[in-house]
Amino acid sequence: MVSVCFYFQVHQPYRLRNYSVFDIGHNSNYFDDARNKEILLKVAKKCYIPTNKIILQLINKTGGRFKVSYSITGIALEQFEQFCPDVIDSFRALVDSGNVELLSETYHHSLAFLYSRKEFKKQVDMHNKKIRELFGYKPKVFRNTELIYNNELARFIEGMGYNAVLAEGADHVLGWRSPNFVYKPINGKIRLLLKNYRLSDDIAFRFSDRNWSEWPLTAPKFASWINSINGSVVNLFMDYETFGEHQWDDKGIFDFLLHLPNEILNNKDNDFVTPSEIVRRYKPVGELDVPNTISWADIERDISAWLGNKMQHSAVSAIYALENEIINSNNKELIEDWRKLQISDHFYYMCTKWFNDGDVHKYFNPYESPYKAFISFMNALNDLRFRLEKEKKENFIYVAN
Amino acid sequence: MLGWEFPPYSSGGLGTACYGLIKGLSNRGVDVSLVLPVKYESKLDFVRIIPSGDLRLTTTKVNSSLFAYATPSSYKSAVGVFHNSDSIYGGDLFEEVYRYSKKVEEIAKNEDYDVIHCHDWMTFIAGINAKRISKKPLVVHVHATEFDRTAGLGVNQLVYDIERRGMHAADAIIAVSNFTKGKIIEHYGVHKDKILVVHNAVDFNDNHHYEGFEIKDSYKIVLFLGRITIQKGPDYFLYAARRVLEYEPNVLFVIAGSGDMEAQIIEKAAELGISDRVLFAGFLKGEDVDRAYKMADLYVMPSVSEPFGITPLEAMRNNTPVIISKQSGVSEVINHCLKVDFWDINEMSNMIISVLRYGELRECLGRNGFFEVKKFNWDEPAEKCISLYNNLLGVV
Repeated sequence: MVSVCFYFQVHQPYRLRNYSVFDIGHNSNYFDDARNKEILLKVAKKCYIPTNKIILQLINKTGGRFKVSYSITGIALEQFEQFCPDVIDSFRALVDSGNVELLSETYHHSLAFLYSRKEFKKQVDMHNKKIRELFGYKPKVFRNTELIYNNELARFIEGMGYNAVLAEGADHVLGWRSPNFVYKPINGKIRLLLKNYRLSDDIAFRFSDRNWSEWPLTAPKFASWINSINGSVVNLFMDYETFGEHQWDDKGIFDFLLHLPNEILNNKDNDFVTPSEIVRRYKPVGELDVPNTISWADIERDISAWLGNKMQHSAVSAIYALENEIINSNNKELIEDWRKLQISDHFYYMCTKWFNDGDVHKYFNPYESPYKAFISFMNALNDLRFRLEKEKKENFIYVAN
Repeated sequence: MLGWEFPPYSSGGLGTACYGLIKGLSNRGVDVSLVLPVKYESKLDFVRIIPSGDLRLTTTKVNSSLFAYATPSSYKSAVGVFHNSDSIYGGDLFEEVYRYSKKVEEIAKNEDYDVIHCHDWMTFIAGINAKRISKKPLVVHVHATEFDRTAGLGVNQLVYDIERRGMHAADAIIAVSNFTKGKIIEHYGVHKDKILVVHNAVDFNDNHHYEGFEIKDSYKIVLFLGRITIQKGPDYFLYAARRVLEYEPNVLFVIAGSGDMEAQIIEKAAELGISDRVLFAGFLKGEDVDRAYKMADLYVMPSVSEPFGITPLEAMRNNTPVIISKQSGVSEVINHCLKVDFWDINEMSNMIISVLRYGELRECLGRNGFFEVKKFNWDEPAEKCISLYNNLLGVV
């Protein structure tokens, strides 16, 4: 018997426009508003609205036996509020069903944990506030941006009062152990839930791949894999955009989703659980030591997708180097733009690792190249610095007077 | 093979490409006889051919005054003939093309070969003649069209007619890029199935020679290297230079090359008030080319219409970041560079300033570009040509 835990990540970044050196000091509108709105509406139509409808339908049809969990970034939520409030409404209906758990993360889907604990905590608090405002809900389980995780994160999150944290079930961390059990971080008390990346990626990445030996993937086939699992939980963690956006409706992804819960529940020993239910029900079978940072990205499962080259390092370092001055400026607009520039996607777009092969990175990259992504980012950052200097000068004059 | 220019006596990418391709073919056991036009008793004797020992190559010299990248105007200034001033193509160049083709007819009768492979319009008539005599399949290799050389302005009808005749007489056409394939379909009425795209490559020699350049203590250097002709967009380079200098004063713009727009470009730099920041290095050869790339912080190829464009690959081989125009064939095959529309001065300037300002960008472009270009070699293009030959000969 096995408990299946679905967790979906919902995120849409603010993509930068082609921000030129000639804009520095003249135009502080960094983001491609028209394009961001267009993409948001497109994904809402292809994914969020229809998938939410199916999930709610499944919860009702199974008499509440189907359950899922989400984390929705703050910037995705504020964009929904602005451009498609019906997406918020449909998530509300899901949360109100009582079968949906919301998880906590950084408001800005940022790498803040790796650079500033203070800023990290602030962004987690901002996210909690947003979730409370919109859903009247207090998350108890944490998941960091892109499942970025290490021992330090677990300790810090435990200190913030969370019960559990999500991480990638990376081979190099697990070794001979299976991701299909509950663990705890080394010297920690909270629970560590590990993604079963093979089964998760079968849906998220391989579903439409005709070269895959298991194509086409059907609900009965996937359920049979679940049934053959030796363990207590199967954590299926993936981007929510898998449904309808990364894998298309005409390739059968919605049909698959519609039939999967019943196929899994056909085995009376199986059930669906939320992360908090796992915490209540299962004892940890062991401790996991993760001194080096892992994530759910690429085959490396490390942070090289965001911090793999010198451009990325210099861009990320430069943005966090401004922290004290920006915060001390007390200028709301400066602080907000600074936080929007922390969105991890900006650094992902600068990744040169797989640029030759033109695979998944290219698909998700709104820029022609990682180099152009870097140029726009650094120019915007320099404008932010320019504004900061101006602000400091003005404040100084004000004080002097 | 009917050629036009060959290293070391070549002024541009065509000679380099022929050299690479022939070397690739000979590595794969293909015997190549290269017929080159050679001018005797003239100040233009830089086309003296030296057969290279390690190539399976025999060269046959033809007494002709054809030289690479001859436009009829440059041809005239070189040979000092001015007898028809309202036509930019004087009669003599076409006479030479004709003479070359007559000579090739003789060679075509006596040589033993399976396929005729000729490069660009000056050899096309010769190719057609050789085919008529030998009944052997003809491949015309298009490195540039008249529309590229003239940037679409003032296309010469005679040249166009020869190009068109060659393409239609040929059994197959090789285009150096999809960009060029598109031009052939659009302007020459050739069916797409007759055209095979074979991208150029570059031969990689490890080149770890480093030297310091004192000038770099005070200036960043942006390089243009190519013929100073309308096709290569040197004027766009100057407009971008002016824009960049408004923001980054300590930059030198180096123009290496020669061509019919040289005087005009020197004047233009003065007119734009940036003469003190634009250096003209003249036509560079051999090691000086690599030294120029090494000295540069950035190489820019702002071509208006570039069928392929081998120079960015050479720059990348020297760890130098490159900005290339999107109107180029090479932009189809490289990723680790910046690409811009040649006319978009603002974006080009933005990119130049960004590369000069952000050291990490320079480093990543240089390093990744180096590794990208390292994968290029002439084996793949040669392999494609051999498959084409075999198809034409009905060999499976």
